[in-house]
Amino acid sequence: MKRTPLFSAHQKLGAKLIEFGGWEMPVQYTSITDEHIAVRKAAGIFDISHMGEVSVSGPQAEAFLNQTLTNDIRKLEVGTAQYTLLCNARGGVNDDLYAYRIGKGEYLLIINASRIDADCCWLQTQLTAFNRPEGVVLQNISDAMGAVAVQGPRVIEFIDKISAGPAIGGTLVARPAQLKKNQVAKIQFAGAELWIARTGYTGEDGFEIVAPGEAIEAVWNKVLELGKPYGLKPCGLGARDTLRTEVCYPLYGHELDEQTTPIEAGVGYFVALDKDDFVGRAVLANQKANGVTRKLVAFKMTEKSAPPRPHYPIWSSGVKAAQIGEVTSGTQSPSLGIGIGLGYVPPEFAKPQTPIEIEIRGKRAPAVVVPKPIYSAHPNP
Amino acid sequence: MSNVPADLKYAKSHEWVRVAGEIATVGITDHAQHELTDVVFVELPELHKNLKAGDASAVVESVKTASDVYAPVSGEVTEVNKAVVDNPALVNTAPYETGWFYRIKLSNPSELKSLLGPEQYNAQISSAG
Repeated sequence: MKRTPLFSAHQKLGAKLIEFGGWEMPVQYTSITDEHIAVRKAAGIFDISHMGEVSVSGPQAEAFLNQTLTNDIRKLEVGTAQYTLLCNARGGVNDDLYAYRIGKGEYLLIINASRIDADCCWLQTQLTAFNRPEGVVLQNISDAMGAVAVQGPRVIEFIDKISAGPAIGGTLVARPAQLKKNQVAKIQFAGAELWIARTGYTGEDGFEIVAPGEAIEAVWNKVLELGKPYGLKPCGLGARDTLRTEVCYPLYGHELDEQTTPIEAGVGYFVALDKDDFVGRAVLANQKANGVTRKLVAFKMTEKSAPPRPHYPIWSSGVKAAQIGEVTSGTQSPSLGIGIGLGYVPPEFAKPQTPIEIEIRGKRAPAVVVPKPIYSAHPNP
Repeated sequence: MSNVPADLKYAKSHEWVRVAGEIATVGITDHAQHELTDVVFVELPELHKNLKAGDASAVVESVKTASDVYAPVSGEVTEVNKAVVDNPALVNTAPYETGWFYRIKLSNPSELKSLLGPEQYNAQISSAG
């Protein structure tokens, strides 16, 4: 199993470790519930160094990415970021990612840990087929980089102390707190250069920091020290999962895979049909125009029951009850104190208020389709 | 360090047994609740169900996962702890007291001999880290 540059820091903090996408990662330090509540009420820091970084640069980088990714990369100013998807020709999702435009003709893709090899292979194949491959330099820099996410409503009160001076790249703010949602800046920190973006995966305001691997432990320790008076806690993948499930952000391998399209997953907003051809366009345009056969829905359990879990069958309700789908993510919601989940069902069952049932160990428990997000957090301004 | 009371018997799968005459009370150990953390749901066997030692007899769920609780001994379920169903956090706060799961009427008391004593169980959880 691979380890991040923060592995010994996690051990020192007494983290419980698990395997995730080939990485040995902290699932929790004290308790998932405590860490979850810390992020909702105050602040938390997550090691996300397992995530991959791919640098795409050159005069044709923009054109290459615009025909490889679903969102319109031309809308990115230098120093901004967008959520986007890497699809196959069938419209299925190879990965979902964040694209940072860090300079003119310079992009950084933040990709899922479990997809680094697959994405790099796919991007290389696409580049070979691209009509101006000499204008693009593709570099997998995942092994050289570390990253942390600092999330929660109180992060804004201490994040500025991370940098000694104004931004030196990206969006040229005087201090990180001036970054708006999806803006990214390069700042100096203890002799290293970091990228700091106002993005996250928890539904709360916060930042994600990408730094050279050798600098990330100093960043981690600095944030722990700065955040402590504000209630910041180190948080594991357990809380990361419950936080993102409450706000209905998809997780690759659960809501998204190569057989699932962004339209089915409810992230069609990030598929730009008003641009030139891109991989998967024909299928996605057809689904946007004519509809899909299944949709990702959010649901809540309506009575006391065991929490729903991935792969539990979803049933329709009533006398003609039948199995209509499967849970992709499910947990006890630490914020709401009830079972919540996400899963795919035919469109006729996707409307909020539709009663459904979740089969838990052979018995069906009542649930109801609810609007997304399941829990309203305090988003980035 | 986990609490391992001296007057109980233990199963390798982290259940404890307290014997009083022919009735055995069953729960999960302090070590087990600490590993699970944040118990949010407990599912207990039906009253009068006959369990065989080693059967999956109950389910305990944390935020992250569902885990089976195995019957450490064979017999008929005579009582279940409704309090732990209503308030699953009792498994975390009082695993050997109000956090018990069910009581069983022993059908084969000789099985008790194959359970671990407190020193043996302590050794098991210490070596597992």
